[in-house]
Amino acid sequence: MTEALLEVTDLKKHYPVRAGVLRRQVGTVHAVDGVSFALGTGETLGLVGESGCGKSTVARSVLRLVEPTSGQIRLDGEDITHLSKTALRPHRRSMQIVFQDPFASLNPRMTAGDIVGEPIAVHGLASGKALEARVAQLFEQVGLRPDQMRNFPHQFSGGQRQRICIARALALGPRLIVCDEPVSALDVSIQAQVINLLIDLQRQHGFSYLFIAHDLAVVAHISHRVAVMYLGRIVEIADKDELFRNPRHPYTQALLASVPVANPLAKKLAPLIDGDVPSPVNPPSGCAFHTRCRFAMERCKTERPALLDAGDGHQVACLLNEGTGRGR
Amino acid sequence: MADTSDLVLDVRNLKTVFFTNSGLFKAVDDLSFNVRRGETLAIVGESGCGKSVTALSLMRLVPDPPGRIVGGSVTLEGTELLSLDEAQMRAVRGNRISMIFQEPMTSLNPVMRIGDQIVEAVRLHRSITAKEAHDIAIEMLRLVRIPEPARRAREYPHQLSGGMRQRAMIAMALACRPALLIADEPTTALDVTIQAQILALILDLQKELGTGLVLITHDLGVVAQTAQRVIVMYAGRKVEEASVEALFASPMHPYTRGLMASIPAVPASGVPAQARLNEIPGTVPSLVGLPRGCAFAPRCKLAIKRCEAEYPPLADWGGGHLAACWRAEDVAEVA
Repeated sequence: MTEALLEVTDLKKHYPVRAGVLRRQVGTVHAVDGVSFALGTGETLGLVGESGCGKSTVARSVLRLVEPTSGQIRLDGEDITHLSKTALRPHRRSMQIVFQDPFASLNPRMTAGDIVGEPIAVHGLASGKALEARVAQLFEQVGLRPDQMRNFPHQFSGGQRQRICIARALALGPRLIVCDEPVSALDVSIQAQVINLLIDLQRQHGFSYLFIAHDLAVVAHISHRVAVMYLGRIVEIADKDELFRNPRHPYTQALLASVPVANPLAKKLAPLIDGDVPSPVNPPSGCAFHTRCRFAMERCKTERPALLDAGDGHQVACLLNEGTGRGR
Repeated sequence: MADTSDLVLDVRNLKTVFFTNSGLFKAVDDLSFNVRRGETLAIVGESGCGKSVTALSLMRLVPDPPGRIVGGSVTLEGTELLSLDEAQMRAVRGNRISMIFQEPMTSLNPVMRIGDQIVEAVRLHRSITAKEAHDIAIEMLRLVRIPEPARRAREYPHQLSGGMRQRAMIAMALACRPALLIADEPTTALDVTIQAQILALILDLQKELGTGLVLITHDLGVVAQTAQRVIVMYAGRKVEEASVEALFASPMHPYTRGLMASIPAVPASGVPAQARLNEIPGTVPSLVGLPRGCAFAPRCKLAIKRCEAEYPPLADWGGGHLAACWRAEDVAEVA
């Protein structure tokens, strides 16, 4: 792997659950519970998991949009976990985010051009004619026409709005772009356009993506490496090809088996796990997946498996086969 | 169609329009299809293609105004639904034809216990005692594999998880053993592992009860794994219909082909990292002021002059594989 642009170590984010008149704390939501990973320059790390697994909280903690409870976030070798707002400001330029809902993340009263130009103006990088030229250039980069700069968000389709969000993220020349379900709200035919745009932009600019999605196929398509999360923890992380060819965690295997394949002759759907994801308020002891795992042993109920190397940088957190997970 | 004895639903030339400030638009235009006993028909398409309005039209639930069914016929088990009055329709709805929706939380009554909601649905259509209806409700909850059905029946919707709520919706929809079940994106709001459970459940129950199923979805993976026949809709019209095997083996409409090429697949092996996807250029058209010719022509690589001038007829290309495209024969070669 190339040198790490982003290094996250033992990240935790806990939210108190309060109840009663006195708002006494009655529990803790373990949204993110000890997550570590590294992301290289020009690399895309896909983060998958089902709702409530903490993937979006990881994304927001990395950008310091939520304050982590503990752990460390290093951007380009510098620890940004505890930087003050002002000290963080220069770093904000190098990390940007694209959200899921392009309808909710654009100010309806601003023109598209002003939305894209705002970060440039805020950081005092350009103004007047130069700003306009820069915004026009950004519009062209994301496949919009510069004459659309004067239009308001409601005049654009969903796919075009997501392009505006991407242009805004590009405006400051970031090195890391966090994409939080960027194509989930889009139609299938538009999804492909936006995925292609993200891939093309990365090739041109060489920035890194932390790509969060629940759709395994989308993640598989865009990522170099993929991490699978379950109840606030990474249960498996590996190169994309390795992960999909040789998944070792029973949860990853079940997740892959649950994806309906667009081929009527392929194996029919066979749900490999029953029941629902347990609540992150009081997650199960030991391995959090043991309540739904078909291969759970006595040990799994008490012992929390560490994320261990199962060979070739393929890490898995499972007690089966001396911590290397289940082969198949 | 040689044998029509097991036909549950027959839709002919259905036309539903909406009258809006920006003009009249045809949400469903000249749509015909049928469903047999125990068969699963999938309707696929992107937002605005008319698949949900089709479902509402079958249920006679199109909001009027602004919408209205202006033509065609919908025959359910030999009864013409479009000529029934509202009281007669109420006796059919939820009884012979039921529907489940995408978001179970918005279609369940939040202040009524799950069991009572099923009891209400059953007693509306059958003259039985509250006790008998209650037993049916518990039985239905057991049928959809909700653990501890008697306890769950006393709970409110917010106490159930998303997957459990959708199970409860299915229990309610099937409580009167309808001839036809319409499922409008039943798993879109659910996580993939729960989706697999719910789809397997719907198919099991359908087999057990012999219900005809109209499954509306945007997900071609779901279609491939569940349906026997598929209709592809674009801008209010059926552009292709085929058996699921024929559709996936050789799609004849450029739109269907484009859709299939644009979905990323979970790689089996050897797919290079970050291969570009085939995209369909442009966007889904607005239904106001559709072109005279084929609505897909502006996005179509194969479009010729004729496509813009004349709407192509739905032609049978062999074995009941229908496609509305002037250039259907050339689709396979161009890829």
